[in-house]
Amino acid sequence: MTPLKIELKTSPHLKQSGSVEQIMRHVTYALLPICAFSVYHFGISALALMITTVVTCVLTESLFAKLSGKRSSVSDFSAVITGLLLALTLPPSFPLWMAALSGFIGIALAKVMFGGMGYNLFNPALVGRAFAQAAFPVSVSTWTVPGHPDRFTEFLPSTLAMPFTTPAPVDAWTTATPLAQWKFEGVHVETWSLFTGMTPGSVGETSAILILLCGLYLIARGMMNWRIPAAVLGSAFVTASVFYWMDPTFYPTPWFVLLSGGMMLGAMFMASDMIASPITRSGIWIYGILIGFLAVIIRFFGGLPEGIMYAILLGNAMAPLIERITQPRPYGTRKRRDAV
Amino acid sequence: MGFLSFLTGLTFPRGVHPPGLKEDTRDKPIRRLPFAPRMVVPLQQHFGRPARPLVVKHQEVLRGQPIAEADGFESVTLHAPVTGVVEGIELMATARGPKTESIVIRTAPGDSQVIHWARPQDLERLNRPQLIQAIQGIGLVGQGGAAFPTHMKLSVPDGYDIDTLVVNGCECEPYLSADHRIMLEQTDAVIAGIRIAMKAVGADRAIIGVEDDKPDAIAALKARLDKDGPISVGQVRSKYPQGSEKMLIKALLKREVPSGHFPYHIGVVVNNVGTMAQLGTLLPRGEGLVERVVTVAGPGITRPGNYRVPIGTPLRYLLQQVGFTGSDASHIILGGPMMGNTVSSLDVPITKGVSGVVVLPDPEAEDTRMQPCIRCGHCVEVCPVGLNPSDLGKLAAVRQYEVMEERYHLNDCFECGCCSYICPSNIPLVQYFRIAKSLNRERLK
Repeated sequence: MTPLKIELKTSPHLKQSGSVEQIMRHVTYALLPICAFSVYHFGISALALMITTVVTCVLTESLFAKLSGKRSSVSDFSAVITGLLLALTLPPSFPLWMAALSGFIGIALAKVMFGGMGYNLFNPALVGRAFAQAAFPVSVSTWTVPGHPDRFTEFLPSTLAMPFTTPAPVDAWTTATPLAQWKFEGVHVETWSLFTGMTPGSVGETSAILILLCGLYLIARGMMNWRIPAAVLGSAFVTASVFYWMDPTFYPTPWFVLLSGGMMLGAMFMASDMIASPITRSGIWIYGILIGFLAVIIRFFGGLPEGIMYAILLGNAMAPLIERITQPRPYGTRKRRDAV
Repeated sequence: MGFLSFLTGLTFPRGVHPPGLKEDTRDKPIRRLPFAPRMVVPLQQHFGRPARPLVVKHQEVLRGQPIAEADGFESVTLHAPVTGVVEGIELMATARGPKTESIVIRTAPGDSQVIHWARPQDLERLNRPQLIQAIQGIGLVGQGGAAFPTHMKLSVPDGYDIDTLVVNGCECEPYLSADHRIMLEQTDAVIAGIRIAMKAVGADRAIIGVEDDKPDAIAALKARLDKDGPISVGQVRSKYPQGSEKMLIKALLKREVPSGHFPYHIGVVVNNVGTMAQLGTLLPRGEGLVERVVTVAGPGITRPGNYRVPIGTPLRYLLQQVGFTGSDASHIILGGPMMGNTVSSLDVPITKGVSGVVVLPDPEAEDTRMQPCIRCGHCVEVCPVGLNPSDLGKLAAVRQYEVMEERYHLNDCFECGCCSYICPSNIPLVQYFRIAKSLNRERLK
């Protein structure tokens, strides 16, 4: 027998394949079709927006990794995902300097300050989006006409706004989203156009069917917990149905609620962020149901037409509490373990 | 069965589905190998106290002859695995870690190695204490891997009534198929052993739990059993760790062993099919335990299979016999890959509790870099005990070992390793928990 090197290791000696990088890489892949469709839809401004947020998020992450002397976690793709998701929630005409600042805030405030990868309480992309909502209320609610003939050759006028200036909306390019049309003008947009996405809106919240398919890809690969989108969408549908049943002339149909605005993107790609959601199974259901319910309530009664962002952030805030009351019952014990 | 089994089979909540990897061994009959020229029989190869030697250097021994006696109740008799000459009683390397006093026997060359030492007894005439004593005398310990003395397991403390003997034929560990072959080839011995064990614990019924990936074993057992008889077969789903005592009880009887208690507290005693086969074969003949079936498998083995291996056979000899290449493998596991231990030396002997030898390729080939927990929740989804390995892991990382024990049920963890198996961040969760438990034990001392 040849001399051999014996490796000492403790069990288990088998490991299911799969790694954090792999999961994050596939989430990125799943977002790419949505991004591509947005660029087709809104042109080079949308592309510039995505590049800006991704680059800012990655640079912010590396900067803080360098400052703290830790190994950079950029290679795990999570900052790329944050950048892409942030861009997808912003209007196509959003000035790039504002997008960069929002990306910086998202990563620095919501991720790095909480301890980095795995420790953030809130979804960093949504924190960036909330910052944009608070700091740049005009630009964040200025929407562009989709499919503009010059979209591949010309930037939207506001995209290249000088830093620290707020561009005025240009009427030729702007319009209202279906949600805003319903909220402020009482106009109901046809549901089918929401499904295919030929409507104005944020960069990535237009084609519901595309987002659904991309999410299903991740679910099929076992890289996303299907219960979260199912709970969010199901609860939003039920809540909206109750209101529609009470007053069908005023409230939109439940289908409109599911397909419009950021509901699909939020349910599929942001509420399902593993890090900021509970890890217990019953906790996941409670969390998703809460988000769907809150999103509809904010839409119907809040000052803003869209509510999914705040609903998810509130859900994130509740996640530790939900987790605390939904711990599994250990084998051979009567009660769930004492929450800590 | 097959893909629809998730609808039908009995099981416990959660758990994982590692690949079976039993294709190379499960269809091959159990074979015997030549006897090794030198046997190393550790005085302690079971839970409890080491046995006391009965032989001296240069003494000739017969295969099956007692060579060490039980030192009290928590100990068992040892028998000579071969006819030969005692070379000495020396400290030898064993898989348990520290060197252990062992009886070294030089095998008599050319001997037929027929068992000459037997004391047949009429089991019908033995009462329960006598039966327990007789089982201790044949040196039987749990064949599933724990090596807990069988007579201790079958001794039910006063005040507890056993209604069911659960027999574990799950064999949920990847690669291992020794129990599978035993159920097929020694069906009658398994059933005979079950009848003896039922008498010893006073149980009126027995259920043999077999995973649904072994339909031939289920059929073989059923063919030998009366449909409405006291012994039945429970088909359980192929899932790891289905073969853990507590999980099997949950699957078959829907009962849970209370935290910190033993199965006898809820009227159940669990034994492995391999143990039952040994009991059914040896006890009526009055022979000692001198060999066992071992699965030898894995990518590093040219002739994988199930082999009848004399206790005390050096691992090196066994591996040579089955065509161990040794060049592309450095990961030699005694037991199964989910719960077995790697060995530090090829000189350790096969002992009574070794159910398998699995040789895996160099683990360095894989990317095992640890990443931060991304709270995917897979560990919570798979923990068969219903613990929260994610929280436990975070507490371990900041050394809150007491909190882990007091508030997170650390001591209910039986180290199945599902959490480490599934974790995409490569966090060595079960390894943390082992350390935490042993440090907590140290603290109590």
